[in-house]
Amino acid sequence: MSKDMKELPGTPVSGKELKSDKIITFEWRPNAKYAWSAGIAYGRYLDELKEGRIIGRRCSRCKRIIVPPRMFCEQCFVATDEWVYCKDTGTVNTFSLSYLDADANRIKEPILVAVIDIDGASPGVGILHLLGNVDPKKIDVGMKVKAVWKPPEEREGAVTDILYWEPMED
Amino acid sequence: MSFDKIRDPRKIRHQIGDMECDYIYTAGVAGERFYIALRDEEKLLATRCEKCNITFMPPRLYCDNCFTELASFMEVPSKGVIESYTITYFDRDGQALPEPEILAFVKIDKTDGGLIHRIGEIKPESLKIGSKVTAVFEAKKERKGALTDIKYFKPA
Amino acid sequence: MNIRKRVAVIGAGITLYRRRLKESGKELSFYAANMALESAGMSRNEIDSVVMGTAPDAFDGIHMKSENLLDGAGATQKPYTHVYVGGGTGVFAPIGGWWHIASGMHDTCLVVCEEKMSPCFPHPQTAFRSIWDPIISRPLNPNLVWIFALEMHRYMKVHGIPKEHIAQVAVKNKGNALDHPSAQLAAKITVDDVLNSEIMVYPVNRLDISPPSDGAAALILASEDVARKYTDAPVWLDGVGWSLDSAYWTNRDLYFPQYVAKAAKMAYKMAKINDPPQEVSFAEPYDPFTYKELHHMEGLLLAEKGQAPKLTVEGVTARDGDLPICPSGGLLGVGNPIAAAGLMKCCEAFWQLRDEAGKRQVPKAETGVCQAWGDLMQVGTVCVFKRDS
Ligand SMILES: [Zn+2]
Ligand SMILES: [Zn+2]
Repeated sequence: MSKDMKELPGTPVSGKELKSDKIITFEWRPNAKYAWSAGIAYGRYLDELKEGRIIGRRCSRCKRIIVPPRMFCEQCFVATDEWVYCKDTGTVNTFSLSYLDADANRIKEPILVAVIDIDGASPGVGILHLLGNVDPKKIDVGMKVKAVWKPPEEREGAVTDILYWEPMED
Repeated sequence: MSFDKIRDPRKIRHQIGDMECDYIYTAGVAGERFYIALRDEEKLLATRCEKCNITFMPPRLYCDNCFTELASFMEVPSKGVIESYTITYFDRDGQALPEPEILAFVKIDKTDGGLIHRIGEIKPESLKIGSKVTAVFEAKKERKGALTDIKYFKPA
Repeated sequence: MNIRKRVAVIGAGITLYRRRLKESGKELSFYAANMALESAGMSRNEIDSVVMGTAPDAFDGIHMKSENLLDGAGATQKPYTHVYVGGGTGVFAPIGGWWHIASGMHDTCLVVCEEKMSPCFPHPQTAFRSIWDPIISRPLNPNLVWIFALEMHRYMKVHGIPKEHIAQVAVKNKGNALDHPSAQLAAKITVDDVLNSEIMVYPVNRLDISPPSDGAAALILASEDVARKYTDAPVWLDGVGWSLDSAYWTNRDLYFPQYVAKAAKMAYKMAKINDPPQEVSFAEPYDPFTYKELHHMEGLLLAEKGQAPKLTVEGVTARDGDLPICPSGGLLGVGNPIAAAGLMKCCEAFWQLRDEAGKRQVPKAETGVCQAWGDLMQVGTVCVFKRDS
């Protein structure tokens, strides 16, 4: 392979060339719109978030309390059978500081991202969310945090009804 | 629980979104030769596999039968024969078109392929499968290196 | 297990890997497939079936892109299969080929992987927006790098791994890639270069990340009896394994990839490997990010949990070390046209096990392991290749 592979097929194109009329290009925007229904478990989860509560489901086979809730336990593969309220406090399981937005554009102030293990759910059961009202340098794995909710009248039944999680007072 | 009667998904707990990507596609190596000839010279280019006796229109870089690279491009006439056609009365969002459009598969002369394109300068009732048609090009300054550099095919 | 035919690899092909290539996806597929056929001394009519692997259609921006690519992959009027497990696809595609041949259904199978990430604007990252759960994750506006950063940080924290040790992976792989003719980001860099490069999503710096790329790769598989007609030096695909974990990734501990370990155990058992670190001569674990190579070495049971960084710092994983890891240069050096990047690793195993890897050649290469990973930290795909003896 090595001796044949000096000249490999492929014609590199720079960003500048792409915009010139030397290169023929075609542009397209799909423009598809979606309305994803939340389903049964997430539907209730979002309804409860609107009320300022976090709810999970319990599997009576493995005894786990899982958040985000689902109508089935993916480990036991049986239907979960009970709604259980959890607390709006938790522990940082892992975190990162994002200097990129969703389109990979650079941003100055980092978005504080974390997996937060929820109090009242089984150990190691967490959700993806944001941290706030904290010096990024002081965030650590194991830190206790508490949800900061939107005012009730602004909530819409979405995970963003929690604005972010902030450190708990000692 | 049945939601059969709900036609609008926004009537149940939902999240709205879209897929925001834009795309810029390159035409590829063979595509680029084809579109540049169309734009700059009002010419249709094809590639030919001598071994399989196939002339590809639009041109391809490879013969998908014997799988050899096709390096040489040849000019073919910008005319052909209607192999099949359809008349469309609606656009793709279901809106009525002001004038019905005729779309045809035009087999290009001296090739084994053809182009899907519009047919113009003819009334739908006079259309026939087997009719000879010839390409009508956009004015040079309007041409962009795309299939729409041919405005339509008209009866020859 | 009832495997009817032993499966050989008898040819491989690859294109340049670059941020943007002029060739269409079909044309890239053709070049890779045709090179693989030529290297096996075969023509398309000697191929019984074709397996295509591609990652999300949203990169090429062609919905049902495998159908679009079909003729370029040499599959016109043949049994054709498209396989897909996100980033794990590149090592899953040869597994798809293996099914055809090991089952006795076909004697030859052409496996092609293609990716063109360049059409997607403003950045290929944008296409990743739509892989997130639309109810519980997308409203937070996540970037794909988040999950890597979160997983990396958990891995570092659990084992107390310093970032300098992880950065060593970029130094090694970009250096190895200097000898790979397809390479997009081959470079001689230092640990400090990595640590001082822009912070993208802490703890991930720019040089910890593989680039978006265009490219294609191909492999030819054949049953044992047919393989011998074409070559005296077949490479054996003696073990395959794959496993997927649940999509509820925030409900499991990210420090260790259980699904990779499950896939590896399945493949090792099939290949009769009992002591992976002793019996594997080199490995190509999936390295879209620096820490991923280490995380996957542990998932592949080639290092004890938390020990892969140490092996890297000690030079054990260098091309002339005791256990060379990513001698190709990996995704960090060669590039990351997603599915084609995984298959590039299998091409590397083929060339290594035929002593055709040129300057990249690993001494005494007898057994090579390739692995890919993907989706929401869910997929492990593993192939074990052996030299003919
Ligand atoms: Zn359970
Ligand atoms: Zn031919």
